[in-house]
Amino acid sequence: MSRPDSRPLRIALVGNPNTGKTTLFNRLTGSHQKIGNYPGVTVEKKYGAWHPGGRAATLVDLPGAYSLAASSPDERVALDFLTGHLAGEARPDAVICVVDASNIVRNLFLASQVADLGLPLVIALNMSDAAERAGIHIDAALLARHLGVPVVRTVATRGEGSGALEKAVLRAVDGRLLMAQVRWPEAVERAVHYLAAGLEKEGVAPLEPGELRRILFDHRSAVLERAGWPPEADPQPLLSAARDILSAAGLQPVPAEALLRYEHLGHVTADAVRFPEKRHRTRTERIDAVLTHRVWGLLIFALLMFLVFQSIYAWAGPVMELIEVAVAAVQERVAPWLAAWPAVQSLVVDGLVGGVGGVLVFLPQILVLFFFIALLEDTGYMARGAFLMDKMFGWCGLNGKSFVPMLSSYACAVPGILAARTIEDPRARLTTVLVSPLMSCSARLPVYTLMIGAFIEPSHGAVVAGAVLFAAHLLGLVVAVPVAWSLNKFVLRTRTQPFLLEMPPYRRPRLRDILWRLWERAREFLVRAGTVILAMTVIIWALVYFPRPPEVRERTVAALSASNDPSAVEHAVEAAYLEQSFLARAGRAVQPVFAPAGFDWKITVGVLASFPAREVIIATLGTIYGIGREVDAGSGDLRTALGRDLWTHGHRAGKPVFTVPVALAVMVFFALCLQCGATVAVMAKEANWGWAMFGFVYMTLLAWLGAVLTYQLGTRWLG
Amino acid sequence: MSEAVISLAALPPGQRGRVQSGEDGHPAVPRLLALGLLPGTEITVVRVAPLGDPIEVEFRGMRLSLRKADAAAVRVEPFAAR
Repeated sequence: MSRPDSRPLRIALVGNPNTGKTTLFNRLTGSHQKIGNYPGVTVEKKYGAWHPGGRAATLVDLPGAYSLAASSPDERVALDFLTGHLAGEARPDAVICVVDASNIVRNLFLASQVADLGLPLVIALNMSDAAERAGIHIDAALLARHLGVPVVRTVATRGEGSGALEKAVLRAVDGRLLMAQVRWPEAVERAVHYLAAGLEKEGVAPLEPGELRRILFDHRSAVLERAGWPPEADPQPLLSAARDILSAAGLQPVPAEALLRYEHLGHVTADAVRFPEKRHRTRTERIDAVLTHRVWGLLIFALLMFLVFQSIYAWAGPVMELIEVAVAAVQERVAPWLAAWPAVQSLVVDGLVGGVGGVLVFLPQILVLFFFIALLEDTGYMARGAFLMDKMFGWCGLNGKSFVPMLSSYACAVPGILAARTIEDPRARLTTVLVSPLMSCSARLPVYTLMIGAFIEPSHGAVVAGAVLFAAHLLGLVVAVPVAWSLNKFVLRTRTQPFLLEMPPYRRPRLRDILWRLWERAREFLVRAGTVILAMTVIIWALVYFPRPPEVRERTVAALSASNDPSAVEHAVEAAYLEQSFLARAGRAVQPVFAPAGFDWKITVGVLASFPAREVIIATLGTIYGIGREVDAGSGDLRTALGRDLWTHGHRAGKPVFTVPVALAVMVFFALCLQCGATVAVMAKEANWGWAMFGFVYMTLLAWLGAVLTYQLGTRWLG
Repeated sequence: MSEAVISLAALPPGQRGRVQSGEDGHPAVPRLLALGLLPGTEITVVRVAPLGDPIEVEFRGMRLSLRKADAAAVRVEPFAAR
């Protein structure tokens, strides 16, 4: 029944991590969702339309949190949202707290904090089937009576309990049902009054008692700042004085809240929850004995990661080739229609179709990787992997969960950076995002193959060639470790966040959930990063294509009038146009910067042209050397052309442009440089544009330094 | 049967203990409190990661992994060995 006055209800979904909150959200809202970021933080904002009992409602999925102490950005967004301090967000009408039935008391801790803020509440007792199996029996009706709010049994993965939840939420909203609260000791009440008086003196608007308790109990509550505490005033004397009231009454201020709430929850759950008499050795413990074993655990982990890595190559590779073939076919079909307008033809064929293809080509890798990540997370293995690897990564500011993003980045940094979302600690997440592009992705391989094939293998043999290829792949990882360490030491400089990771019981993953997440990731990538990538492709296209004076063609054709090979003439015309394009002009202007690395203007143009996508270097060099664009890294023509190229002027005139040190310098540059518009776009979406630019600048500087060092030392030692 | 109070990081795997207190001002303490690791809670170290850190602990029927640096903020009173 809809009412005449009904504006859409605002219902927030809160809960501990790993309670199936997001699955419930997906079940309730279906595909009617909007995903974005809260302004200024990399915390995901998810909205969905929901219709409990036919009424219009907006369901907001808040980030998973264990408490409202707001020590992480996720918790802070949750707290600000619930207290109505988040810009542009009204307070919710009611809150659904998703509770893992197997861990009910701990989960109700968050619920009781939420309820303390004066919000009507419904408890969704999720995964109650798993709890029953573990011997934990919960009398939901009795619990509801003790708590004073509806308790609804749900199994989100099967959609059970959705109908009951709808009715319960409407009941909670209409009856403003509040959860039974802790009976606060008199000292707490006094401390709260004292705080309220002190805040009033500083001109802070009156706060709810629940908000005042947050300020009292939390080390430095976000409520204080958002409620209008003057930033120049130090709140510490006021806070200390209020907490001294607790101490004087024998309550330790730090654990006071947790002790009082857990005591209260212990009482209300005492007769409603029955725990198993004796815990038997569970399946999870038996599996853990193997998977976290010092030999088998590490071995299985290595094998699993190898499998993931291989799959990104082996499964995604053919599909990516298919996409490339399809894009080429579309380009070929479209080109003749627009032959009358060469500029439009080039824009559509090279800029738009090429750009769309350049976005789509990432999808297979993203899907394969996220399939594995969803599998690792949903089974509970991800936490074990992080447990095994944390020691290796923790010391330089990363953590155990950085492993998957960094390994994936060896295939491609785009899915790798997206995978960094699995890291809860914001600092470790940012560090992972910033160093992942250093891993040698598959797009660098053509550059290595070209340089090694042309200049190393012929003179030094296959063994050295193989070693150089391996070294090129290792370089990024070797550089990433000190980079991560310095980032934490000198740039981020925040205190190490505690690394607390719940080790959930192993669960059987559900294909439906996994597919849902794949769809979510794919859609998000296409919409958010895809548009940026496409725009960049078009801009770079224009820089390469323009200007286009007809004299260039006439001059080139006239010079080659003797030639009767029309395709050779076309290649020469393209080369001539490229040589005077905006990009090439920039290349010539910038060349002195790259001179210490031994690069001539052609390599410099290749480097500049490769900033949107490093593999473009091959096609660009193909065009510059007049061989045509359809060359690949194995092309004999291109190798020969590079080998024959001589300096035309300067002190090296007459000497070959490409020597072993130059080839190595090119490889080092490509290994370390962030030449990938897609990666920059994804970094911007996952962190922000500032950090994306920071990543771009530091990697470019590092690449330049590496190339110069390689060339200078190389010419000295190798001649 | 109270023995010396030691840091949780020093509690050997397999041994149970009872939490005494947490170090004031350590960032891990409020989080552990929220998870229900309170003064008086019984805790067991289940295992140490193969590379020596972090450790996995069990309390209130829940398994949690944490670094020794964070575990060091928790003081426990070990039970006498069984």
